[in-house]
Amino acid sequence: MLRSNFAAALLTPLLLVAASNGLAAGGGAMELAPANNDVSDTASLQRGARNFMNYCSGCHSAKYVRFNRMGRDLGLTEEQLIENLMFNAEVPHDTIQRTMRDDDATRWFGKPPPDLSVVPRSRGINYVFNFLQGFYIQSESPTGVDNILLPGTSMPNVLWELQGYRRAIFQEHHSEDGEGTELVFERFEAVTEGSMSDEDFQTFVRDTVNFLDYMSEPSQLKRQAIGIWVLMFLAVFLVLSVMLKKEIWKDVS
Amino acid sequence: MTDDVDRNRRHFLAVATAVTGGAGIALAAVPFITSLKPSARAEAMGAPVEVAVGSLEPGEMIRVIWRGKLIFVLRRSKDMLARLPQVTRFLDDPDSTNADQQPEFAVNEFRSRKAEFLVVEGSCTHLGCAPLEQFEVGPAADWFGGFFCPCHGSKFDLSGRVYKSVPAPTNLRVPPYRFIQDDVIMIGFDSGAA
Amino acid sequence: MARIESEIGTPKGGFLKWIDDRFPFTKTMKHHATEYYASKNFNFWYFFGVLAFVVLIMQLITGIFLTMNYKPSAAEAYASVEYIMRDVELGWLIRYMHSTGASAFFIVIYLHMFRAMLYGSYKKPRELIWIIGMLIFFAMMAEAFAGYLLPWGQMSYWGAQVIISLFGAIPMVGETLVEYIRGDYSISDITLNRFFALHVIALPMALVALVFVHIVALHEVGSNNPDGVEIKDHKGPDGVPLDGVAFHPYHTSKDLVAIIVFLMFFSGAVFFAPEMGGYFLEYANFDPADIRVTPEHIQPVWYFTPFYAMLRAVPDKLIGAMTMGAAVLLPMLLPWLDKSRVKSIRYRGWLYKSALATFTVSFLVLGWLGTQPATGLYVTLARIFTALYFFFFLLMPYYTTIDKTRPVPERVVWHA
Repeated sequence: MLRSNFAAALLTPLLLVAASNGLAAGGGAMELAPANNDVSDTASLQRGARNFMNYCSGCHSAKYVRFNRMGRDLGLTEEQLIENLMFNAEVPHDTIQRTMRDDDATRWFGKPPPDLSVVPRSRGINYVFNFLQGFYIQSESPTGVDNILLPGTSMPNVLWELQGYRRAIFQEHHSEDGEGTELVFERFEAVTEGSMSDEDFQTFVRDTVNFLDYMSEPSQLKRQAIGIWVLMFLAVFLVLSVMLKKEIWKDVS
Repeated sequence: MTDDVDRNRRHFLAVATAVTGGAGIALAAVPFITSLKPSARAEAMGAPVEVAVGSLEPGEMIRVIWRGKLIFVLRRSKDMLARLPQVTRFLDDPDSTNADQQPEFAVNEFRSRKAEFLVVEGSCTHLGCAPLEQFEVGPAADWFGGFFCPCHGSKFDLSGRVYKSVPAPTNLRVPPYRFIQDDVIMIGFDSGAA
Repeated sequence: MARIESEIGTPKGGFLKWIDDRFPFTKTMKHHATEYYASKNFNFWYFFGVLAFVVLIMQLITGIFLTMNYKPSAAEAYASVEYIMRDVELGWLIRYMHSTGASAFFIVIYLHMFRAMLYGSYKKPRELIWIIGMLIFFAMMAEAFAGYLLPWGQMSYWGAQVIISLFGAIPMVGETLVEYIRGDYSISDITLNRFFALHVIALPMALVALVFVHIVALHEVGSNNPDGVEIKDHKGPDGVPLDGVAFHPYHTSKDLVAIIVFLMFFSGAVFFAPEMGGYFLEYANFDPADIRVTPEHIQPVWYFTPFYAMLRAVPDKLIGAMTMGAAVLLPMLLPWLDKSRVKSIRYRGWLYKSALATFTVSFLVLGWLGTQPATGLYVTLARIFTALYFFFFLLMPYYTTIDKTRPVPERVVWHA
């Protein structure tokens, strides 16, 4: 009896650690608003795909994603796929490449914009959600903007028309180790209005991030459904095997 | 509980468990087996190839690659087409009765959809060398233009049909293809992508 | 009281006799399964051996199918893993089984080793089983280390960079050794290729051979049990240990239940949480390796973190590496450090129980510390717990001698 309690006491912390997989990857010390996206929402994914192709794919590739597979997963016909989403690709089995060339990109931005196929898995979906909304005016930067999640970023604010421009307000705080002061981000202040309301813009970004989430792991749409079947099968198997074990061990005294 | 009842129950449970276990192993094997089939990339790389034939001169041939195979696309001149009946008696399978070597639409004298255009795999049916073009008539009495394989001397006519008494056993293969426009051929059909 | 008599008699004719005349099939079945006896009072802790075996088989099979599609070159490795995840039919499932399996292997093995510490399974006459087991552990660590380089992500590259450079701390031969391991002046395509050869061919063969030898050694002396009683000391008139039951069908049927429960947890991870919060698949490894950018936090996969914490606890590079090495090697000496005449914790005194509890807590805390930055309080804690870890072994001859033990029963304690 003592032994099984002991075992439980050992395993619980392990399980708790495992359960805390809501930990954001990267993102630094900033508090991140949750994206709350839902990859099973196909309509959202379709809107996100549209957003990605229109606003992102000029500079960012998603080179591990094939159009035809994406179209199938999003419930699009081949015609819809080709007409609405394939600008720079020739055939549906092509992968999502970017229009901008490597050498141009290096000249204009310092280095080619990263491929976005798996960015939610390395940075966390909340990071990306907040990043896209985190631009503010910064006159010294070559793009005229900076980003609170990635200071010094070379990325311009491609969504400025929708979001409008904002200013960032910083407060001076005493730094943690007691030496001097540091600027801590406090809030944004709108400077110009965008074409979308705050709510609509949030939805826009959420849809886009939802699509990025899907792209980072297309199999997640099916993975959990298959898992349920596997667990049910194992449950049946477990019942049978327990009955068999008890039957066989009747011999033992 | 008598020993007999025990044995029966035990036997039943053992069999039931074994059967379930067997089913489990079979199901577990599924991802491994399916991972062997051509992947999405293989299907993409093996996708149909479009060939524009409008600019081909009569008597001109081009070579394209489809699924890693060499394909000959020949625009036969009127003269070449006229020669076809003359060679029939030298051929092993002039009517293309071997169904493995061409799709339905190519079971004719021209072995093609449109008489003018020949589309065949440039792979000798003996051991796979690429046959050479020899479209002029002669000097041999049985030669009216066609393909000659330099490796072991197999001969094929201007429809890719194999001669008698040569090492190659069958006519050159005709791949699946269709005309998507009057002057554009698509070699290979779509592999079922959405 | 009836037991299943071995239903495999010696066949008089037929296919089985043809085989038996030429190959010790029935003999082996009897000697190692149907007439091999293990104690009837095995508990939860005794499942982890067969579970380790199941995981080994699973890693071998999933590994073979991954190798069919993986490309071991710096230019193509990362892309080939994404290829498996997306373009290969159900490739993602094979990949997740392999990555979850690696973590499962270590969970199972640590619990398996812990069982030995609970019940004194390393004590005479089982010292050799323990030593072979430790060799399996070393081979597993090498296998995991080599395997982790293969996806060629940021953590793959930089983790390997850090650990390989440790060998440079060895005086005189260090730098040359590092170059020989890397095959190049820095970690490169060449390193990747040779680690691939080690991970796919050399180390799996070593592992299989060691596991085979491990089981041969075990069957030579028979298993221990939770009471630490030698069941062979009390045999019936037929020569069968009174407290033993035939491995097949008793332990096979019991192990089957354990295997299924394990598979349920395993499937839970594979299908619902393959990343396991970044512990089974580290987030930073989804970034392709970039020699110009070092990740903020370089940490090894969770199963190495206890030893990594010890490494960082010591300020000197060479002594830190030696400390880490000693931590891994010291358990090998347990059969000789443990002076107690009593095997099982059930009959030991409070000294050993406290020591083992302290050791366990230290190992777990060090594991957690290995995931944190090596600064301030974390370093202090790492030093304290590293010391406690070592004290468990170094003081063992003393406290196991003076520990007040309880009388060990003649027969195992078991209730149907």
